[in-house]
Amino acid sequence: MSDTEIVKEFLIESHENLDRLDRDVITLEQDPGSQETLASVFRTIHTIKGTSGFLAFNQLEALTHAGESLLARLRDGLLALNPEITTALLSMVDAVRQMLASIEATGSEGERNDGELIATLTRLQGEEKVPGAVPVPEKPSAPEKPGAPAEPSPASAPNVGDILMKAGKARVSQVWEAVEQQQAGDPRRIGEILVEKGAVKPQDVLDALHAQQPGRGPSASDSTIRVDVGLLDRLMNRVGELVLLRNQIVQFTNSAEDSALQGTSQRLSLLTTELQESVMKTRMQPIGNIWSKFPRTVRDVALGCGKQVGIEMEGKETELDKTIIEAIKDPLTHLVRNAVDHGIEVPEVRRAAGKPAEGRLLLRAFHEGGQVNIEITDDGAGLDYEKIRDKAVEKALVSADQAARMTEREIANLIWLPGFSTAEKVTNVSGRGVGMDVVKTNIEKIGGTVDVQSRPGLGSTVRMKIPLTLAIIPALIVTAAGDRYAIPQVSLLELVRLEGEQSRKAIEQVNGAPVYRLRGKLLPLVYLNVELKVDGQQEGAGTNRKARAGDPDFSAVRDQHRQWIDRLQHVLNGNGSLTAQEAGSHETCALGKWIYATGVKEHGAIDDMHVLEKVHKDFHHAVRNVLLLRSQGEGSLAHQELNTVERTSRRIMELTTSVEQKILESENINIVVLQADDRQFGLVVDEINDTEEIVVKPVGKQLKSVNTYAGATIMGDGRVALILDVLGLAQRANVVSEVRDRAMTEKEAKQALGAAGGSQRNAVLLFEYGENRRMAVDLSLVARLEEFPGDSVERAGGHEVVQYRGQIMPLVRVSEVLESHRVKGAEAGQESLHVVVYADQGRSVGLVVDRILDIVEESFLVERQTGRPGVLGSAVIQKRVTDLLDVPGLILSAGVGRLAAGAHA
Amino acid sequence: MANTQQFCTFFLKEQFFGVPVQQVQEVIRYQEMTRVPLVPQVIRGLINLRGQIVMAVDLRRRFGMDDRAESQLPMNVVVRTDDGAVSFLVDEIGDVLEVDQDCFEPPPETLHGPARELVRGVYKLTGQLLLELDVGRALASPAGEDWGAASL
Repeated sequence: MSDTEIVKEFLIESHENLDRLDRDVITLEQDPGSQETLASVFRTIHTIKGTSGFLAFNQLEALTHAGESLLARLRDGLLALNPEITTALLSMVDAVRQMLASIEATGSEGERNDGELIATLTRLQGEEKVPGAVPVPEKPSAPEKPGAPAEPSPASAPNVGDILMKAGKARVSQVWEAVEQQQAGDPRRIGEILVEKGAVKPQDVLDALHAQQPGRGPSASDSTIRVDVGLLDRLMNRVGELVLLRNQIVQFTNSAEDSALQGTSQRLSLLTTELQESVMKTRMQPIGNIWSKFPRTVRDVALGCGKQVGIEMEGKETELDKTIIEAIKDPLTHLVRNAVDHGIEVPEVRRAAGKPAEGRLLLRAFHEGGQVNIEITDDGAGLDYEKIRDKAVEKALVSADQAARMTEREIANLIWLPGFSTAEKVTNVSGRGVGMDVVKTNIEKIGGTVDVQSRPGLGSTVRMKIPLTLAIIPALIVTAAGDRYAIPQVSLLELVRLEGEQSRKAIEQVNGAPVYRLRGKLLPLVYLNVELKVDGQQEGAGTNRKARAGDPDFSAVRDQHRQWIDRLQHVLNGNGSLTAQEAGSHETCALGKWIYATGVKEHGAIDDMHVLEKVHKDFHHAVRNVLLLRSQGEGSLAHQELNTVERTSRRIMELTTSVEQKILESENINIVVLQADDRQFGLVVDEINDTEEIVVKPVGKQLKSVNTYAGATIMGDGRVALILDVLGLAQRANVVSEVRDRAMTEKEAKQALGAAGGSQRNAVLLFEYGENRRMAVDLSLVARLEEFPGDSVERAGGHEVVQYRGQIMPLVRVSEVLESHRVKGAEAGQESLHVVVYADQGRSVGLVVDRILDIVEESFLVERQTGRPGVLGSAVIQKRVTDLLDVPGLILSAGVGRLAAGAHA
Repeated sequence: MANTQQFCTFFLKEQFFGVPVQQVQEVIRYQEMTRVPLVPQVIRGLINLRGQIVMAVDLRRRFGMDDRAESQLPMNVVVRTDDGAVSFLVDEIGDVLEVDQDCFEPPPETLHGPARELVRGVYKLTGQLLLELDVGRALASPAGEDWGAASL
């Protein structure tokens, strides 16, 4: 091993140690009595000191030496830890980190002036422990890492000389000589002296130093190895290719009869999946790796702005792909700093608000639906909606008019706009108006989403959803104009299929822009064929559906058949010749091919299709007959037969027109509802195929310049399919900007209607309760409809509850609250319950109804009533007077609100 | 033969072209392609080359020649570039030729059209001329032409 390699090894090791140091020092501040942590800190500094001395990094050695001495006094109980010491130690860690960075970059520690810091560290050693200032508990708390042995402390570790002798690396006489030299006043360490004498190799001394350090013994190094990330990346690529190859093999063997081959292919399939999972696992890192820096960050920021903040973490072990971990590191750090700087108040304000002086920051990570959710929650002041609104108007990010109409949630999410910051004073931490938009951009770049929720006075939560990995993603495969495209599942909201009749009526036009009413809201439609300009026949005309690929060009077909009459007439008049063979048959012409290949099979339901098949056959028979008769010299018979040709030809014209029309009418419309930015749009595709795990492959820079594609992938049949970039597609189709304006006008329209007397189109869920009473609830309040078996109902706090998606969900029996009496069967409990799940800010309440009737969309006028809790008013819906449910009111009068909030926390 | 260079040769509309063999990764027969909408016409599609996705550039279109007949399937000359492999679609593949550098001459002044840029020079072989293709320029986007980001 060369010297540079030794230095490299030293750097890698020290970086790891430094990360642990940060953590340990913070732990120590919270738990000054932890001997294990103290010993761990001491050991780490000692190792760095030892190695740096031996590698002749003198400034580093001097600094760590001062730190070590201070730590020794702490360890021996001669000093008690106080914030000043902690700060000094952290400054030392920072200085060490800077030096290491400099060594890594330039090979030397750089010009430094750490005199003051060393002086501080030395001065702090001299301070006497004030008796009883910080009690040191007798009982040591549990070690931070279960694997890290607490003892022996380095003081009792065997010395380097002994280890070298035992390992046979140095002769006894040489070590003795060195020791004598030390005793004679040589300040250097024994390893250095031995290396200088040429008695041992530098690597041997390093090994000895390693052996001297407990906690990094063979047990740890035997079970783990360091691997170059580049190698893992290549491995991942290869496995991705293997997966694709496996998919192809499986597809081939599925059609094979050989059972041995099928068995082998199944085993191959299984092994590949396992291999893929293992390789993915090697790239997975716990999110705790980046979180571990946050206690330090929080401490520094909090000290800087005079706040007290405690940090808590849940789900540290949640794993993410390394590239994603790298990508979210900075955004997360920014959010954490922001939460401390902006979110949490100074202690006086907190006390005045009746909150503990120490603010609380909670980091939570958990898996959900193939994604990782990360939440950063603070119990600070929450977002000041007024201030955000004013600021946004002041900075001309929105107009005053727009701002006045925004919901709280919309206002909250204004903070992600570029150039937005409400901080009154610009601190060195945040408030420069850069950051939040960068956070959002960076999270979205890796296919994640970010959202903020806030309750004034109680704090805010920033929630991000991040994909597990970037290399292999779930995607929906669709077809447009005969080509397959993959749409990443993260942007997918839902699929809508309009059939037959419905499909023509459901799509409406707003001044030429096609829209579909999705639960009462206008969803702008984008035709993939049109956007990609792959529809050969009518470019740009997006509103009319055209025949699918595979269907013939009917007008060309009609022309062909019309021309026959002229051609035959020519032949009969003696101009040119044509044999019956040359005329072809009903199976060889374009229309015939289509009829027998797809027409009858796919459009057999159309009656005219079968008539067309028969007439078309007659037509070609007649054509052949004309030519046969002519060749036999039967001129007049041929002329007669030509009438048949003319007649059938006319029928073909009629029939193809009618069939074409019916095919167009019967065609289903598939809408893929997508989320781009904060807008939704419907992508109309020819077919929706399947969902698949796809391996994302890079594409050349020529294709990247078109922002419509996010990459490409290889499908099971070996062909390449493009991955659509939903945001790029939306921008291309002008969905993102246009819809924004439209949304505003829609809102204006609503408000105008509201002012005119509350009549508007609303989507409501109709249900039955009590004795056949009908009631409606605004569909936007309904999260899900569920059915629970009667015996799953449990009781908590005097209320009925069920376990629902890992939470306790209180149940409210609508009839009990509204009718104030128990309905028969409510107690019986054996029947299944129809439950309308209402969710608001993460808390769910189940409304028990007797029967779900329907979902209707109507415009109705709500007549307000007063007096009945839980009822908003009545309206005429489906020609019957129906009460409208006031869900929050109902929950309030049922008295489960507190329970529901509890379920959330 | 002191100063020679090996060329992988191919035909485009009966014209004889060559690319230095060092730049050629492999030569393969016609592969099924997936078309890429919205990109310039010269990109005919994407090919799955043993798990690697390779862009196919039709040299006929790059040179502004008319398209091949539908029945004539192009061959792939896969070249290495800094941005990964790229395949050139050509009419037919010729032999690998060892060519003497002495018979090189820059393209004649009268050469015009896209070929002016794309041909590095001409090798005067016995009985025919070998046109050396400038791979870099064949993949670059000349300003104002229907190729590359400029047209998007």
